Amino acid sequence: MVTAPQETALPPKRSVGSLLGAMEIDTRLLGMVGALVVIWIGFHILSGGTFLTPRNLWNLSVQTAAVAIMATGMVLIIVTRNIDLSVGSMLGVVGMSMALLQAEILPGILGFDHPLTWIITLIAGLLLGALLGAFHGFIIAYVGVPSFIVTLGGLLVWRGAAWALASGRTIAPMDSSFQLLGGGSRGRIGGPASWAIGVIACLGIVFFLLVGRRQRRKFGFGLRPVWAEATLAIIGCVVVLGAVAVINSYPMPEALAEQYAAERGIEVPPGGIALGIANPVLIAIVVALAMTFLATRRRFGRYVFAIGGNPEAANLGGIKTKRTILMTFALMGFLVAIGAAVTTARLNAGTSGLGTLAELYVIAAAVIGGTSLGGGVGTISGAALGALVMQSLQSGMVLVGVDAPLQDIVVGIVLVIAVAIDTLYRRRVAK
Amino acid sequence: MTVKTGSPMVEMRDIRVSFGGVHAVDGVSIDLHPGEVVALVGGNGAGKSTLIKTLSGAHPANSGQIFIDSRPVTIHNPIEAKNLGIETIYQTLALADNIDAPGNVFLGRELRTRLGSLDDSAMESATRKVMGRLNPRFLNFKKAVGWLSGGQRQSVAIARAVHFNARVLIMDEPTAALGPAETAQVGSLIRQLKDEGLGIFLISHDIHDVFDLADRISVMLTGKLVGTVKKEEVTKDQVLGMIIMGKLPDEVTQAELADLHG
Repeated sequence: MVTAPQETALPPKRSVGSLLGAMEIDTRLLGMVGALVVIWIGFHILSGGTFLTPRNLWNLSVQTAAVAIMATGMVLIIVTRNIDLSVGSMLGVVGMSMALLQAEILPGILGFDHPLTWIITLIAGLLLGALLGAFHGFIIAYVGVPSFIVTLGGLLVWRGAAWALASGRTIAPMDSSFQLLGGGSRGRIGGPASWAIGVIACLGIVFFLLVGRRQRRKFGFGLRPVWAEATLAIIGCVVVLGAVAVINSYPMPEALAEQYAAERGIEVPPGGIALGIANPVLIAIVVALAMTFLATRRRFGRYVFAIGGNPEAANLGGIKTKRTILMTFALMGFLVAIGAAVTTARLNAGTSGLGTLAELYVIAAAVIGGTSLGGGVGTISGAALGALVMQSLQSGMVLVGVDAPLQDIVVGIVLVIAVAIDTLYRRRVAK
Repeated sequence: MTVKTGSPMVEMRDIRVSFGGVHAVDGVSIDLHPGEVVALVGGNGAGKSTLIKTLSGAHPANSGQIFIDSRPVTIHNPIEAKNLGIETIYQTLALADNIDAPGNVFLGRELRTRLGSLDDSAMESATRKVMGRLNPRFLNFKKAVGWLSGGQRQSVAIARAVHFNARVLIMDEPTAALGPAETAQVGSLIRQLKDEGLGIFLISHDIHDVFDLADRISVMLTGKLVGTVKKEEVTKDQVLGMIIMGKLPDEVTQAELADLHG
């Protein structure tokens, strides 16, 4: 590191690397997309052509949502050189609390299926999640107990609490409005709205590319070549609209479609009525966008990364590192509560086993998504993609008929391999 | 620009810092005038860095007083020091390696848009401006600073210190990790900042650097101030004598001096 500065401009080369460089695409992201493609095609072949079907992909998107939501928070936790092993148990206790609140407590006060039940339940759950996370964060940041230990304790405590809340009973059913959070045949936005979201997302991609370009020109910074910008815009739009097209080609079950058509006095068109994007998926997309904004555009995110990069530098820069860590864990708890709401709504029940082993999926998603356990490095979009990889693996194995114990073995091995790749990558970079 | 007034811009009086039972800094008083470079020298564990940390806000003093422009101040943390116009370039540079140069220059003092988001473009623009003055060959504004060479990282740390119109600059071993060309560059920068009227505390173990750049030299040994001398009134040998034996030049005998040269 003590060598003289080398700042000779590289001669322009037309290799694949320089093409990607011009578009400023991360090679790790590309590797992840490659892994996803391999997994998808592999399971498609192994399952005899049932994996890459609209029906399976629609289900996959719904199953991915909860893990993706929590993985966005885990990125920030790991970036600060911490870990949260308690997310699965927190999901259990928060989910159980929300189930009890809406199924046993609120009906006694408001009456059965009151229109406010779902929102009161949701807000209470989010508050509880944030509070549990903040409690972990307080012990970690201010008392100084390593996060590994605090959240390992949390893993046991909250799982036990989830059981104790209802003595292990299963609480069902959930409030009818609350159920919509979980997707299912009613909890989705329909075909036209899905297309509208796809088009808005496309416009958004183009808008942000243009704004970025204008900002760079305004300050006289280097611009990406126009062809690179155009390619990025086209790739982005094709992916978004392609995903919507796949989702929308999964129709409602026939009986439901007939009922739906009858209510509106229309005929069921050939090919059925599209379900559209499921609510949990929509929630996950909104969470991922908000978390990306928080991580890259807000001071809080900058501080999280600064703490991960060099805690001493962050301190000397006047950053309140303890408060930032506490807030990161509170945010994690909040996101776990969203995951808990989605999961209980989808199951239409609260059980004390809810979220068991979720911490492994969430951590694996973040690490596969490029979050470095060394701290300081990670992206929200990577974690969301990592969640999709993990869920693809799991639901692919279910589809192919792999036994549950073998599934756990595979997930465990994948987690270790992901960390090994990260370690090797960092060692190579350090040279 | 250089205004030499009678009273010092920084005066540290009878500063004491102890860790457990160890007196790392034991009743040291030093001062600094505008446009002046005061070198702080001494062997390992002499207490130079600890003393200076009480001024930069990184570590509080157990007792003693600090005066800025003859007004007593208390400095509890780095932000309070910075608000008083005291900027520090740490020996470790204190850079977040995973963040780019503008992010590091503005770490803890980010520029924000009206809606409170980070204004990266404005921060990059300001960083380009200050770098243009310090190190025009610096071009890596988008790379995380961990990827940069030692000299470039040093430039980022210095840019962070001078961008915010510092009045007092503390440089802890600024050339320890640099090659000869970069060391010369830092030297000319120190002269430039001095001409602009900044006061500079220079911590260094390199006696040549010190004689090159400093106006006065304060020598510490095992937590105590041996003495402060004007550069033109002493030789390098005499300063070495102060560093090693803890004696002022007129206290040293010929025999001891001969001893020093082995």
